[in-house]
Amino acid sequence: MQVIKADNLSKQYVLGSRQPNSVREVLTGLLKPAEPKHTIWALRDVNFSVDDGERLGLIGHNGAGKSTLLKILSRITKPTGGKALIRGRVGSLLEVGTGFHSELSGRENIYMNGAILGMKRAEIKRKFDEIVDFSEIEEFLDTPVKHYSSGMYMRLAFSVAAHLDPEILIVDEVLAVGDTSFQKKCLRKMRDVGESGRTVVFVSHDMASIVRLCDRAIALNHGTIVGDGPASDVVREYISAGWGIKSERDFTADQKPPQSDTVRLMKMRMVDKQGETNGSFDIRDKIGIEMTYEALRPGETLLPNLQIFNQDRVHLFTIHDVASEWTHRPKDAGVYVSTAWIPANFMAEGSFAVNAAVVTYTPTLNVHFYATDVVIFDIFDPMTGDTARGDFGGKMEGVMRPMVDWETRNG
Amino acid sequence: MTEITETTTIEPSGHFASLDLGEVWKYRELLYFLTVRDIKIRYKQTLIGVTWAVLQPVLTTAIFTVIFSRFARFDTGNVAYPLFALSGLIIWLFVHNSVSLASSSFVNNTNLVTKVYFPRLIVPVAATLGALFDLVFGLLILVGMMIFFGVTPTSQILLSPLFVLLGLGVAVAFGILFSALNVRFRDVKFALPFLLQVWMIASPIFYPTSLLSEKWRLVFALNPLTGILDGFRSSLFGSPFDWPVIGVSVASLILLLLVSLFVFKSMEDSFADLI
Repeated sequence: MQVIKADNLSKQYVLGSRQPNSVREVLTGLLKPAEPKHTIWALRDVNFSVDDGERLGLIGHNGAGKSTLLKILSRITKPTGGKALIRGRVGSLLEVGTGFHSELSGRENIYMNGAILGMKRAEIKRKFDEIVDFSEIEEFLDTPVKHYSSGMYMRLAFSVAAHLDPEILIVDEVLAVGDTSFQKKCLRKMRDVGESGRTVVFVSHDMASIVRLCDRAIALNHGTIVGDGPASDVVREYISAGWGIKSERDFTADQKPPQSDTVRLMKMRMVDKQGETNGSFDIRDKIGIEMTYEALRPGETLLPNLQIFNQDRVHLFTIHDVASEWTHRPKDAGVYVSTAWIPANFMAEGSFAVNAAVVTYTPTLNVHFYATDVVIFDIFDPMTGDTARGDFGGKMEGVMRPMVDWETRNG
Repeated sequence: MTEITETTTIEPSGHFASLDLGEVWKYRELLYFLTVRDIKIRYKQTLIGVTWAVLQPVLTTAIFTVIFSRFARFDTGNVAYPLFALSGLIIWLFVHNSVSLASSSFVNNTNLVTKVYFPRLIVPVAATLGALFDLVFGLLILVGMMIFFGVTPTSQILLSPLFVLLGLGVAVAFGILFSALNVRFRDVKFALPFLLQVWMIASPIFYPTSLLSEKWRLVFALNPLTGILDGFRSSLFGSPFDWPVIGVSVASLILLLLVSLFVFKSMEDSFADLI
């Protein structure tokens, strides 16, 4: 069943400087001939529908229209055109702790915030103990929240929100703040909401959390939908659009493929353990980078060479064929397919680009071609508890995430 | 799957906004919490707390009494001047405070307006209801003063709640009007204190309406407070009601309420974008 249906939803903003803000400006505005207004379409003819139980992620650059869309769906602002139909009670969390007042106690703020989020008093009363338990601030319940640490404040605020029981939950990037140890609980709560058959619409800049939490994603750009589909596909497409590459690349039809008179690059693709082309990898699976090239001159010891970069353009590592039967073996003329397998549980979550080269070492080092940003892939952590992440649910720093052995003994 | 309880249609705002008071009723608990919050916050971290609610009318009455019963000497009939002044002042102070509070209510609750949906009307109305708290103290002082001055109430006193209610109507009407205007035009912040001063002088607070000729009384009654204050005093002190004055004031109040609601409703949809 469709619970959200948007038909040609559009929102136009008149840019600030042209908007008269005082009586005087309105009056002088009446006397002057009308100037052309500076307007901007924050959303333009957006169409989509969401079924019940779907967890939808919204991605896009700043100003792409994500927040505007959330605000329209949460009824904070009205669209300029089009319409949307929403079935079910909407709980929207565009901010944690809306309406919290520093002079009021934790207890008073729970009721206040609950009411603001649309909970009935009886409902808050019923869930009160649960909320307090979740927030871990029981002993400060009657202290004004101005004396709370920012961590306590966030915990209390999120606890109220987490116990909101809507049929449709609309969440902005509220999880990005607050202390990290608490985030695990929050993320788990959000997953529970989604898994209990309720609908979640979630906006985040963190692509990894979109892939982790959502089963579907919509990418927005300049107020229009540019991608809609399974979350990992849309995220990868979105990132590869930013980089201008995909997880598979064919050079055979190119006028000038990367090549020398010795070797020519034909194809590159990302492959999963089944050997299928796939750009999205579970962190627990090995990652294959497959390179198809043609040896043009026989008798050369061709060594494929790959370089892996992350989204911040950090060069993570370089690999080349150093330990196979082909390492020191000259190749005949013909087409070869070499696959490098990056081990499972090794790199961190995120999106990565691959540069490719083929080199020879005899008589001296010779780089026959060096192609940059050839293919792209991403890694997600399914949060199953059996990865290097363990039970941690927040943003995990670091470009690598190996599973390592631990040993502890009495010292 | 939980049972679907409601369906919402989101559309561009039309030219004729509906009143949608049912929506306000649905959110009545939020209205209650916002009102209580406003009252609690007002007196937190003050040295003498709610005593302010008592001091404000008492001190103003004392000042008025010194000035107007010693020097100007208004004829307030058989009603003692302090009692006369206080009865007008508590209504006026309520209207004054609630209009001031309501006018800045959206600006003070920006994060609510930009982050959550609820019927916007709740914000200024909660500010007005919050000011009712002080009015209760004022009324208690008034009862005490009436006993002190030995006023024997007539059956007319049963009508007094009606005039307090009409006073609430005035406060709500101006509260929602200025709260909406203040979102759009920050001039309100500067103009309102001045307007309130003029309004106070134009209302029979420290002088009786009997000061005015019959004809002028009806013109002054266009100010809804004229009829309300006059009627309130008549009900308290048992003097005859001036029905034409009260009638004009009530009609003026109804018109004012309608205009305020219309202005509010036509601006409300743009609050989140403008604030």
